Amino acid sequence: MHMHKFEKIWLTFGISALVVFLTVVGVSAFYLGNKPPSCLTTINVDKVDQTKPFDKPGLHKVEGKDWDYELVYVAQAFSYNPLKVEVPVGAKVKVIATTKDVVHGFEVAGTNINMMLEPGYVSEYTTTFDKTGEYLIVCNEYCGAGHHLMSSMIEVVK
Amino acid sequence: MAKAELKTNQKTEIEDSSSLKGTLASVFLLGAFIVVTWVSVYYLFVERF
Amino acid sequence: MANSTAAKVKVDPRDAKLSMAHFFVAFSALALGGLMGLLQTLVRSGKWELPWGIDYYQILTVHGVLMGLVLTTFFIMGFQYAAVSRTTGGHSNAARRTGWIGFWIMLVGTLMAATMVLLKEASVLYTFYAPLKAHWIFYLGLTFVIVGSWIDGAAQIMTYAKWRKNNPGQPSPLLSFMAVINTVMWIIATLGVAATVLFQLLPWSLGLVDTVDVLVSRTLFWYFGHPLVYFWLLPAYMCWYAIIPKIIGGKIFSDSLARLSFILFLLFSIPVGFHHQLTEPGIDPAWKFLQVILTFMVIIPSLMTAFSLFATFERYGRSKGATGLFGWFKVLPWGDARFTVPFIGMASFIPAGAGGIINASNQMDQVIHNTIWVTGHFHLTAATSVVLTFFGISYWLVPHLTGRKLTKAMNKLGIIQAWVWFIGMVFMSGAMHFEGLLGGPRRSAFSTYGGAKQAAEWIPYQIAQAVGGTILFIGIILVIIIFINLAFFAPKGEEEFPVAVAENLEEKAPMVFENWKLWLGIAAALILFAYTIPFIDIIQNAPPGSKGFQTWSKW
Repeated sequence: MHMHKFEKIWLTFGISALVVFLTVVGVSAFYLGNKPPSCLTTINVDKVDQTKPFDKPGLHKVEGKDWDYELVYVAQAFSYNPLKVEVPVGAKVKVIATTKDVVHGFEVAGTNINMMLEPGYVSEYTTTFDKTGEYLIVCNEYCGAGHHLMSSMIEVVK
Repeated sequence: MAKAELKTNQKTEIEDSSSLKGTLASVFLLGAFIVVTWVSVYYLFVERF
Repeated sequence: MANSTAAKVKVDPRDAKLSMAHFFVAFSALALGGLMGLLQTLVRSGKWELPWGIDYYQILTVHGVLMGLVLTTFFIMGFQYAAVSRTTGGHSNAARRTGWIGFWIMLVGTLMAATMVLLKEASVLYTFYAPLKAHWIFYLGLTFVIVGSWIDGAAQIMTYAKWRKNNPGQPSPLLSFMAVINTVMWIIATLGVAATVLFQLLPWSLGLVDTVDVLVSRTLFWYFGHPLVYFWLLPAYMCWYAIIPKIIGGKIFSDSLARLSFILFLLFSIPVGFHHQLTEPGIDPAWKFLQVILTFMVIIPSLMTAFSLFATFERYGRSKGATGLFGWFKVLPWGDARFTVPFIGMASFIPAGAGGIINASNQMDQVIHNTIWVTGHFHLTAATSVVLTFFGISYWLVPHLTGRKLTKAMNKLGIIQAWVWFIGMVFMSGAMHFEGLLGGPRRSAFSTYGGAKQAAEWIPYQIAQAVGGTILFIGIILVIIIFINLAFFAPKGEEEFPVAVAENLEEKAPMVFENWKLWLGIAAALILFAYTIPFIDIIQNAPPGSKGFQTWSKW
């Protein structure tokens, strides 16, 4: 089986580009803390409201952790609790969320905060809210009749 | 006589019917498109929180 | 004995009938599914509401199921069945009977599932994610479609196996080899979705069990869901590699490398489902990244294909006297719809594939996951590259099978249709990509999200999508006109089924490519490697399961 010299050149370049892409995202993920949201904590979907931290949704200042705040959301068809929250700019926040029923999305538009909420699982993502503004949270996974009516708001303030 | 023939048959760039220069150029244009779009979205990821 | 397994230039009329049966279903699905798509874009423009109590998520389910499962599976099986018949000399009576049985089971399953959706018993979208719980007849219908497809595909495998037995030591005809690779890949892939439907969703929807493990179900679905898109893509590659060169008057650049690319697809299309689950909880990020690496491996056969296709065109163009770096481009037969329509599909695969690489890049997925960028992406890959190629195939295949000719008028209309489609897609898919980058979610009816500023920015893009969708619907009408004409009204005659020949006839493909034990063994090893440990983890760490929900609107 013969391969033309130019095809060898092309594939060398192409595969090298793919290796570079993988290295960049791999280093960023495993050494710079940018792994995609992959929390392994489980929860009983029928007892969400009684299980910490979901018994107290909203923004909470924390001490002695790598992050400054925990922002806890409980999702259900078709709302997020809390409906609205103010976050101080520059705060390092661990967003923690779960669902009480079906699979929902949790997407903070214009940010990298984008995770699936699945019944029986806790979803987490830690990031520093470094730009002021109004950020809409939308459900981006179909969950029923009110899917497009499901949203919340984060205001990042000085 | 041989020399005259050689002159008319040679150009500085020999392009015969089996050349794949256009193919190489085309796939590298495709490669450039892939790299530019990938880097642009990577930039978005880095810029956003 | 006469070699009854030599290629015949005309598909046996009995095989033609079965292929055409598939195409009637496929094009019906296209027509109805296309109407649904138009209505969706009109709703999302904010300027129109669905009448008569029809629900957006109901028509979204119809659109996805018809376009992504019915149009595709029926067209592909019909095309591959015809291609195997043409290149092996014809199917045996047993294979043909098997094909018909498969076809009818698939059709019955489709009607069962479709009825449930129309009754608002299954507004669960074509991914039917648990714990949304549809009516059990919906899941049973899907089971019939899957099992029917196995039987339908078995016909191709039976005929291939018979050809191999009658031609020892010979590489099988390229189109037949490729069809069988695709069918085998489909069977391995559908084991996953069959497992979740049969062992989880059916018993659960029948009330035999109370709860379902959601993450297991999703993981089994996406084990299937990624190779599904390669099941769609590979028949387009079959056309580009093994038919287009004949249409333009050229040769296959490398028969062996074409086969190698298909083997690489068989190996690397399946152990990669996690790249559809990158933002899900419950899956270890190390295993996610491993499957990202495997995903990048499956890019390689497409890079090879790009080179082969450009090389085929350049070789042909230069043989016609074209010079310069791109002179060959001008001498391609642009007036021939059988070439031009698939070519537009090929060209569209450049932005399509680039978007796919971005989607698969681990944490970069967070920029666009479940935004309407993803919808824009698959309207380029499946709804342009693959579907335009399928249209281009049908322009010669339908008249070939029905004993008619592709007329000059239909040829011209076919080219116009492809440009209409392309322009519509630029508007629609283009707007979807940009709206997605701004955060606009997918799978969503019209909403102003409580007056949020960011949501207001999305609406102009949705208007552009409605413009694109309307243009695309005109394209649907045009292609249906062509299909009906070529099936029933075009003048009788002989339309060629073009089969390309390799440039280098001395270079026979290595027989190791037909060593199924080897390739299936490696494919199985890769799947086990990529999935065993994380799947066991998912099962062992599973939370209590979920009861069913019907959160969609009912009649």
